[in-house]
Amino acid sequence: MKRLLLNFLGAILILTLSGARAGNAQTTAASDYAITHAKIFTLAGPPIEDGTVVIHDGKIAAVGAAAPIPAGAQVIDAKGLQVYPGLFDPVTQMGLREIGAVNATVDSTETGSFNPDVTAATAILPSSAHIPVTRAGGITEVLAVPASGGFDSNGATNLLGGQASAIHLSGWTAEEMLIDKRAAMVLDWPDIETRSFDFATFSVKEKPFTDAKKEYDKQINELADYIEQARHYAQALQSSPNASFQRDVKLEAMAPVIRGEVPLLVFADHARQIRDAVEFCDKQKLKIILAGGTEAWKEKDLLRSKSVPVILRPTLGEPPEEDDAYDRLLTQPEELRAAGIKIAFGSFDNSFARRLGQNAANAVAHGLPYNEGLKAVTLYPAQMFGLDAQLGTVETGKTANLIVTNGDPLDVTTDVRYLFIKGQLTSTDNKQKALYEKYLNRPKAAH
Amino acid sequence: MKIRTKILLFAAAFLFAITGLLSANEKAASGAAIDASAPAILIRNATILTVSHGTIDKGDILIKDGKIVAVGGTLKPPVDAVVIDATGQFVTPGIIDCHSHIAVDGSVNEGSVSVSSMVNIADVLNSDDIAIYRDLAAGVTTANILHGSANSIGGQTLVIKLRWGQPAAKLPFEGALPGIKFALGENPKRSNFRVSGAPERYPATRMGVEETIRSAFTEARDYKKSWDDHNKRVASGEKNALPPRRNLKLDPLVEVLEGKRYVHAHCYREDEILMLLRVAREFGFHVQTFQHVLEGYKVADEIAAAGSGASTFSDWWAYKVEAYEAIPYNAALMTRRGVIVSVNSDDAAEATHLNQEAAKSIHYGGLTHDEALKLVTLNPAIQLGIDKRVGTIDVGKDADLAIYNHDPLSAYAVVQKTLIDGRVYFDREKEQAGRAALEKEKKDLLEKAKKKQDEEKKANAKKPEDKKTEEKKPDEKKPEEKKPEEKKAEEKKPEDKPKPPQGHAGQRGAQ
Repeated sequence: MKRLLLNFLGAILILTLSGARAGNAQTTAASDYAITHAKIFTLAGPPIEDGTVVIHDGKIAAVGAAAPIPAGAQVIDAKGLQVYPGLFDPVTQMGLREIGAVNATVDSTETGSFNPDVTAATAILPSSAHIPVTRAGGITEVLAVPASGGFDSNGATNLLGGQASAIHLSGWTAEEMLIDKRAAMVLDWPDIETRSFDFATFSVKEKPFTDAKKEYDKQINELADYIEQARHYAQALQSSPNASFQRDVKLEAMAPVIRGEVPLLVFADHARQIRDAVEFCDKQKLKIILAGGTEAWKEKDLLRSKSVPVILRPTLGEPPEEDDAYDRLLTQPEELRAAGIKIAFGSFDNSFARRLGQNAANAVAHGLPYNEGLKAVTLYPAQMFGLDAQLGTVETGKTANLIVTNGDPLDVTTDVRYLFIKGQLTSTDNKQKALYEKYLNRPKAAH
Repeated sequence: MKIRTKILLFAAAFLFAITGLLSANEKAASGAAIDASAPAILIRNATILTVSHGTIDKGDILIKDGKIVAVGGTLKPPVDAVVIDATGQFVTPGIIDCHSHIAVDGSVNEGSVSVSSMVNIADVLNSDDIAIYRDLAAGVTTANILHGSANSIGGQTLVIKLRWGQPAAKLPFEGALPGIKFALGENPKRSNFRVSGAPERYPATRMGVEETIRSAFTEARDYKKSWDDHNKRVASGEKNALPPRRNLKLDPLVEVLEGKRYVHAHCYREDEILMLLRVAREFGFHVQTFQHVLEGYKVADEIAAAGSGASTFSDWWAYKVEAYEAIPYNAALMTRRGVIVSVNSDDAAEATHLNQEAAKSIHYGGLTHDEALKLVTLNPAIQLGIDKRVGTIDVGKDADLAIYNHDPLSAYAVVQKTLIDGRVYFDREKEQAGRAALEKEKKDLLEKAKKKQDEEKKANAKKPEDKKTEEKKPDEKKPEEKKPEEKKAEEKKPEDKPKPPQGHAGQRGAQ
């Protein structure tokens, strides 16, 4: 049996190595590339018909109709194909959660209310099967976000959930994958929970509104106190960095947030949560990115006036209220954009990360301009986390995270033909494709 | 409201009991929900995806008495026909969801016992569930409503049409054979749902799941024999023969043995699929569909040989161990191996884009456009035994249709109209036009309720004893002052509950 397995793995290895797309799970050695005769959607201007993208040393070295091809570059003739920036999923649990129902494979949420010191990058499993599967969907970079929900068998909740790390979806180690270890600090905004699902008894628990409201207020008080402590700590740190005061790893982790260097990624969906969270951050002078935003349309004036960007949950979901319009989640993106609010889409998941483009496309079908839909899964998430100097468009000098497709990368029937991460031609093979090929070749069963 | 619903539920149960006695043809003829007085409808100048005989560019569909009476080029409508101009639009058969939990009042799981065949979805049908309308607005016209998967042998299932606005009694698909839910693997063995302190329920292994089913069918076989013997005695003129005692748990299993009730078996892993096929052979019943069947691609030949259908997800995976080897190529691979495959939702929100989920099999596994569309139209109709009535656009079939503004096998297609029995049950234009009026009605009602509440409060305040003061804790500080009107709005909505993270996973495990 073991031998068989080894043979099988060997077969896959040979298959993969001999394939046109180099590399098994990861990338080949650095090289120069020229993608020629492609329609290039740079997202920094109108599309370029029959253009060339030159990749050198991991970066985009040239883009244009007449970009010269350097000697020795590997040429990919992309006639009939299209080039886009790779998609960016800003809320996932990539590498932190393998199988939702199995506790042992879940590292997404710590226990306790305040965990600003924990960092996603620490627990990202580079060999997670989710990474190549997601990559095959044209997604080249994500934020791995602790305490960001999804199907979490722990059922734990935090207030400050830890630091989200931006990663490339390729690399032998987490260090190789890292774009920004501390891209954001997660704040899971509390809610007035009169009904909650109890994983311990697998039943819905109810409590009176007044009790739930008290609990909500208490949590916000605790949060305000904590921010206050962190502010004093940050001041102490700044005024006398060498002074001997009792160090605290948690408060120390909050210092960049207090200084406004790291944004708070605040999870809030109900109008009341959104309102309270935005006003709280405004009062505390903290930089906020809203995540979730199911009822953001109800607070769009506030969001616009405070310039709060919003990462929306999947549009393919149920509207929160019974009497919401059936297409409430689908029309919201355009409603927010038209109000002047910067939006991005997120999967808020691992196994559904590859539906990122589909979610954007459905918003486009309900009024969002196509280019805005495309930017909401590429450039805008990059801007939100201050990564747009490196990512989000096809422009000279940026990191070469690109996809070459046979059509619209947001639609559900499009193939990703080539994928580049950090300028490396990166395989779109994955566990699922390998299983498909294995069972496609199963000899016909005898009956 | 509650009483009305109850009456309707009784009516539904009654109707269901009666239809069970009639033959399929008689039931179809009775046509409980078809409004014969409805005008003829002509859908004009559409791209018609017939599913059975290709695509007709710029064609017409004529509908009369709830049925399709003509399909083709330019048709001449009767004088009184309502004309729907579908220029530039696409018409498909209504979407059929082979695995749904909408329109169910309360919990879908009777989780206390391993064999819960005595319970019936028809008893808890809720025609007011907003999910019916939302799915209808996505082109879904028919759904197979099942219990959850907590039991090796679960409850009795029901096929409904999404006739939004009709009472529960009018939802069941006339003449559709009822079914029963089976479940294999992690859910019936309660792998992910154990409550600490609670006693463990048998079965706790896949071995036990098999024996639970074998044991139930062994009982059912004996029970059936006792009835057969009794009926023989009565037939031979014995006047004082005592009938066997009725067993509500075993009655549906006898129907399974007699081919009068479909088995829809929730499953994931290859081994449990083969297990159920062995048990079915042993007792001589047929597995109509394997549901979810995420490892169906591994044993596709065996499923095809048994003549069972497979109803799966498009691209769900990794939410539990038995879903870790799920592949999005599953539908295509099983199709290529000769299995009748459908793509289902298991979830009200997922059902709102089944057309897109079907389209993914073009990308994953290379199905043709027609083959992909079949996954959510003709194939689920075959699996539910209703393909003589629905699933394609053909003369004589029920006029259950979805009209899209784009090719439905794309993420950009939006449903414009949904028809059931030749009646427009969803009209996007009308729905959008009516929103302002609905908003106003809601606002007025809220104001009215608020006014009443204020008056009551005033009246209460005049009373000398105010109990509410006891609850106040003066030492607790309030972080942020709220405007009084905001407070009231919140108090009025105590049911306001946090939704589980969308992305479907929240409810999936339980079902």
